[in-house]
Amino acid sequence: MARLVVMGGGVAGHTTATFAKKWLGNDHEVVVVTPNSNWNWIPSNIWVGVGEMKKEEVVFPLAPVYAKAGIDYRQAKAVSIHPEGKEGSDKPFITIEYTGQGKEGQTEEIEYDYLVNATGPKLNFDATPGLGDGNGQIGPNTVSVCTADHAVHAYSELMNIFEKAKTEKQKILIGTGHGMCTCQGAAFEYIFNIEHEAKKAGVRDNLEIKWISNESFLGDFGMGGLHMKVGGYVVSSKLFAESLYAERGIEWLIGAHVNKIEEGKLEYELLDGTIGEEEFDFAMLIPPFSGVGLKAYDKTGEDITDKIFAANGFMKVDADYTPKPYEEWKADDWPRKYQNPDYSNIFAAGIAFAPPHLISKPAKSPNGTPINPTPPRTGMPSGIIGKAVAHSICNLIKDGENAHIHEASMAEMGAACVASAGKGVFSGQAAAMTVYPVVPDFDKYPGTGRDTDYTFGEIGLAGHWIKHILHFLFIYKAKLKPGWTLIPE
Amino acid sequence: MATEKKVVAEEQNFAKNDAFNLTMIPGKFARKLRTCIIYQFIRFLIINIKMIIVVQKSH
Ligand SMILES: Cc1cc2nc3c(=O)[nH]c(=O)nc-3n(C[C@H](O)[C@H](O)[C@H](O)COP(=O)(O)OP(=O)(O)OC[C@H]3O[C@@H](n4cnc5c(N)ncnc54)[C@H](O)[C@@H]3O)c2cc1C
Repeated sequence: MARLVVMGGGVAGHTTATFAKKWLGNDHEVVVVTPNSNWNWIPSNIWVGVGEMKKEEVVFPLAPVYAKAGIDYRQAKAVSIHPEGKEGSDKPFITIEYTGQGKEGQTEEIEYDYLVNATGPKLNFDATPGLGDGNGQIGPNTVSVCTADHAVHAYSELMNIFEKAKTEKQKILIGTGHGMCTCQGAAFEYIFNIEHEAKKAGVRDNLEIKWISNESFLGDFGMGGLHMKVGGYVVSSKLFAESLYAERGIEWLIGAHVNKIEEGKLEYELLDGTIGEEEFDFAMLIPPFSGVGLKAYDKTGEDITDKIFAANGFMKVDADYTPKPYEEWKADDWPRKYQNPDYSNIFAAGIAFAPPHLISKPAKSPNGTPINPTPPRTGMPSGIIGKAVAHSICNLIKDGENAHIHEASMAEMGAACVASAGKGVFSGQAAAMTVYPVVPDFDKYPGTGRDTDYTFGEIGLAGHWIKHILHFLFIYKAKLKPGWTLIPE
Repeated sequence: MATEKKVVAEEQNFAKNDAFNLTMIPGKFARKLRTCIIYQFIRFLIINIKMIIVVQKSH
């Protein structure tokens, strides 16, 4: 009997664990180690952040789902990986520290035959003074929608602002809280939801709503922008995004590295080196992401974290990490199998794998501060990679070393992003965007780097309906309800 | 002689700042289409088909 241990029960890890268990049956063990007791459909946190959904609608308890599936669930955080075992045993293992199940604080070793790192991002609030509280959590100056609890808090703060805006001017800032952030799409969706809700509440005229981000142009989204067919033209997402903001009277400040935040005020450095300040009454700024800080040790107990993980804490896989200039970046640099080069029984899926480089064009201020979005690894790629990794491991378990390893390169994979404002069936509106492939391949698609038949964006009720359907479908799927395997990632 | 104003609601934002002035803002017809149930139902079908193809190409 082989044992697969999955670290992280989010989008990628849950996909890997549930498919692997289904395909392996009771002949083999699947263990999930994740610190949270609930699964969260993170994209819908945006609706929680504007009060259109309750927290309970975007989360559900993991324990009963894993019990039903026959998955061994440990509510714990993984701490270290020991891929060569320890003195006296060659069996690889990880150490974990419980966060629930009545064993809080207890540590344990779990041996594995195959290991998947799907621990997602550390929300690195402390990278910007004043964004964090100095202890790794969000500080008191801004709000976040990255977790369901953050979104609940963001909503209550937003309501205070809406209340004040009934009688006085208020200023709202939304965007990224550091020069190296990703996940602009989430902030983009939040700003449009706030604008929509402000209109509904009749307070829009008293609100100044402004976008601040590290993108060198509006609509970069960490993907170097995209081109889409609109009205017979092929246009850049810059025009698409600028039009959305201008239509709604939302100003933008781009190429900004937020370097300090205080109560009601932040300081930023721009790509041209100038330093400026923005005041605000409410700010939702996405933090930069890093790996969750897992350590790795060899058989003798020597620290090999640098061998397995990149400097940003994400796990090295089969990507080409050779540093090279932007002009020489290739689609082939991106990983296909998500297997660690030193330990072939370790895989990384979702945000946890280390990308070879940015997707957006790198940029620095004259002071040397890097101000460029890092690559997004959104829900669809995370799910697809999670499933491919499950396939590969099942093959390895069943067919041995020469088994077929599944491939899922982000340079051959699409992503859909639906930023929806409002929740009513006929009153909401969404900007629905699909990009194919996520990582541009200029050899295959000279010009835009992408297939413009499948890279598109449009605004309207249709996208809004899709967003609703996705919310219910993905939660249904994650709960492993009948037919769940038929729902694509 | 007082000149008669021709106010087009959706064009007002162009004057609000330089950045707005240099982009495109949808007019009445484009906005109407976004909430036109019949048109949006057709778009819904088309977007879904396209997304399914993208999902298939990605696996
Ligand atoms: C507000 C918001 C809106 C978004 N909207 C969209 C959208 O509309 N469409 C889209 O495609 N994507 C969206 N995304 C991105 C999407 O949520 C991520 O791409 C996706 O969740 C990544 O999956 P993952 O499994 O890599 O990470 P996660 O889903 O974050 O899962 C990581 C898991 O690992 C666990 N973990 C952390 N540390 C440890 C440890 N030490 N040991 C074990 N487990 C650990 C975490 O608790 C978590 O359960 C959005 C993101 C945000 C923040």
